[in-house]
Amino acid sequence: MAYIEWDQYQSTGFYDELLAEPGVPRPSAQMLCQYLAGLEEREIRDLKTAAEVAIQVMGISFTVYSDGNMIDRAWPFDIVPRVIPLDEWERVEQGLKQRVKALNMFIDDLYNDQRIIKDGVFPAELLEQSVNFRQQCVGIHPPGGIWAHICGSDLVRDKDGTIYVLEDNLRIPSGVSYMLENRNVTKRVMPELFETGRILPVDDYPAQLYDMLSAMSPRKDHEPSIVVMTPGIYNSAYYEHAFLAQQMGVDLVEGSDLIVGTDDCVYMRTIDGLVRVDVIYRRVDDLFIDPEAFNPESALGVSGLMRAWRNGNVALCNAPGAGVADDKVVYAYVPDIIRYYLDAEPILANVPSYLCMKDDDREYVLANLDKLVVKPANESGGYGMLVGPHATPEQRAAFAERIKADPRNYMAQPTLALSVAPTLTENGVEARHVDLRPFILSSGVDTYVTTGGLTRVALVKGSLVVNSSQGGGSKDTWIVDTRGLGA
Amino acid sequence: MLSRVAENLYWMARYLERAEDTARLIRVTRHVMLDYPGTATLGWSTLIDIVGAEEDYAKYYDDRSVSSVLTFLCADRRYGGSILGALGAARESLRTTRDVMPREVWEEINRLFLECSEMLSGTIDLRRLDEFLRLAIRGSQTLAGMLDGSLSDTPVRTFCAVGGYLERTDMTSRILDVRSANLLPRSPDDLRPFENLQWMSVLKSLSAYQMYRQQVRLRVRGPDVVRFILLNPLFPRSILRCLMRLHSKIDTLPRHEVASAAVDRLKTLMLATDATQVAQSPEVLHRLIDDLQLGVNEIHDAIRDTWFAGVDSPVPIVAD
Repeated sequence: MAYIEWDQYQSTGFYDELLAEPGVPRPSAQMLCQYLAGLEEREIRDLKTAAEVAIQVMGISFTVYSDGNMIDRAWPFDIVPRVIPLDEWERVEQGLKQRVKALNMFIDDLYNDQRIIKDGVFPAELLEQSVNFRQQCVGIHPPGGIWAHICGSDLVRDKDGTIYVLEDNLRIPSGVSYMLENRNVTKRVMPELFETGRILPVDDYPAQLYDMLSAMSPRKDHEPSIVVMTPGIYNSAYYEHAFLAQQMGVDLVEGSDLIVGTDDCVYMRTIDGLVRVDVIYRRVDDLFIDPEAFNPESALGVSGLMRAWRNGNVALCNAPGAGVADDKVVYAYVPDIIRYYLDAEPILANVPSYLCMKDDDREYVLANLDKLVVKPANESGGYGMLVGPHATPEQRAAFAERIKADPRNYMAQPTLALSVAPTLTENGVEARHVDLRPFILSSGVDTYVTTGGLTRVALVKGSLVVNSSQGGGSKDTWIVDTRGLGA
Repeated sequence: MLSRVAENLYWMARYLERAEDTARLIRVTRHVMLDYPGTATLGWSTLIDIVGAEEDYAKYYDDRSVSSVLTFLCADRRYGGSILGALGAARESLRTTRDVMPREVWEEINRLFLECSEMLSGTIDLRRLDEFLRLAIRGSQTLAGMLDGSLSDTPVRTFCAVGGYLERTDMTSRILDVRSANLLPRSPDDLRPFENLQWMSVLKSLSAYQMYRQQVRLRVRGPDVVRFILLNPLFPRSILRCLMRLHSKIDTLPRHEVASAAVDRLKTLMLATDATQVAQSPEVLHRLIDDLQLGVNEIHDAIRDTWFAGVDSPVPIVAD
């Protein structure tokens, strides 16, 4: 007997990623839904077990701190993929490219002429108060004007199906390795679904990343020497750092492996002696990369790295200071930023945003806390935010005080009715909220967007929090070519 | 290869070898003790000197009772040379470099450490001592076998081998030193009855007894044992053989001249040794062993300076 009966599955009130209406799969998900409906409970459980075993065998993990202990946890994965039709995806891809292009121009402008401020489009006071603006970067113009070579943008879909950009991660976005591993796991446990050839592959990301990093090398006449720089094994994303280094065949270094010579070039300590490094894909936060320029206490960084970078002797990816545009207050200005630099309308929508620094907006926010999501400007990972409708009156009151004390640090958005996707639970398949994080690579010459991205799912019923550190899971994401299917 | 990775591999191998050699030392001492209970005090206490841990030991223990000595050598993680301490250190060394190792190696080292810690919760249960030692030795040998059978001939393998051979040279010389110094005839009449037995213990702690019998074919005699341990070119734990292996491994590495020369010097010293004279005089033996230890330190320093440190050289030496 079939275990999953689509006409019994409930997702009313939300946009469902797989089903157009109860019992009726979207054209792009038809093959998948049919396949799943044809399986018995035992077979579904076997698939789930097979996926868990694969994750264990492949050693896919992430690290969490708990009571001072470091725990390697198996990556939480749901076997039911999330599907996006190719034609829709192509539009998203264009939108992301447009957005990242404008953001890079914005960052470059802020550290140089500040035309956008002089022209009155972006308020100077916002920049003055930004915690991610790095004085040390003023006057620098990295090759191609690219600061955020790698961007991870979070996309969500509202009730009516509109896709919104929720935020842009321009500092050290993570998750791409899980996107790749999710696909590997799905291919292992459901290989027959890939035989149709309609599911687009995702696995050229490491090659694209490598090409982009190579292109950044300041020594054009040399085979570039590239490294991935990690804060070390205690970092929650260490698995990803090691994975990407391995996939690209480059060294995984820590700060102590590098040294800046008197010639202001960066070298790594190897058994062959000191070897010059051209490109550093650094997964260490700005403030820790160079104790000479930033936090003098940092043991994760390399003294003189900023000097080497300023002198053009090493490429840093992402550039220090790129985080200035990775700010939930700056976010509200992105549509204007796109119009200003590209003279075009944004292809992808921004979620309407209220900035608590503006008096009108703040009053509205304080009066409507029960309807809004309020976020601190510079936290990531879903920490420190208030989901108004789910909070108690006491929590809302406490949060109102925080907003009044530091209005610049907060912005609010209406609670979107985040889309859902069928997810395997203890009680069969149920609807759970999802988001999507695609990754965008910008070399200055071309821009590459991952095919889909990392779909994160809030495994707890009704929850909107998708972060793996807080009980979120993930799904394989399929971009499906439906052309010629009569859809 | 990154210097940090090379250094971690080197220490992992040294610590694994250390754990195994310490376990061997304890095992064979125990067997001797079982046969001759009267000698117990002398024997257990000597172990602390053999491993060169007098200072560390004195910090934590007041007496040299059997249980204190054994707890210290097997289970005390404050001492990096204890079996558990060494296994823990080997595991930590590998943790940060496990990407370069076959997965099973990491799993095995992890498993071995956890199993050994489980068996020793705090103190030593003498009834389980043999079981524990067997576990530690077999685990170390399993790992050595895994490394041998699964690592390609790259610097990863080389640095493991270099660490292993150097530690083995070190531990072998320690075993020979203190045991022998105690044994060599100062007043032959007193010690005669034990001499044979204790020379056998030297051989057994190195798993050398059978190999010795097969090759030497005479009754166990001091000078022959010394010669066998120092100079036998075939036995895998003899010092000369370790040095020959170490030499050939180091020669495959880039910029090996300084380290090679250090090994060469020690090898030359070994080859110039007159084993008969050494065996007859505790002073001569002791001097030789001192030189040997200095040589081992010199080799370690050369390895560190060449491949691990290069630390803050102001003017970069650029390798292409």
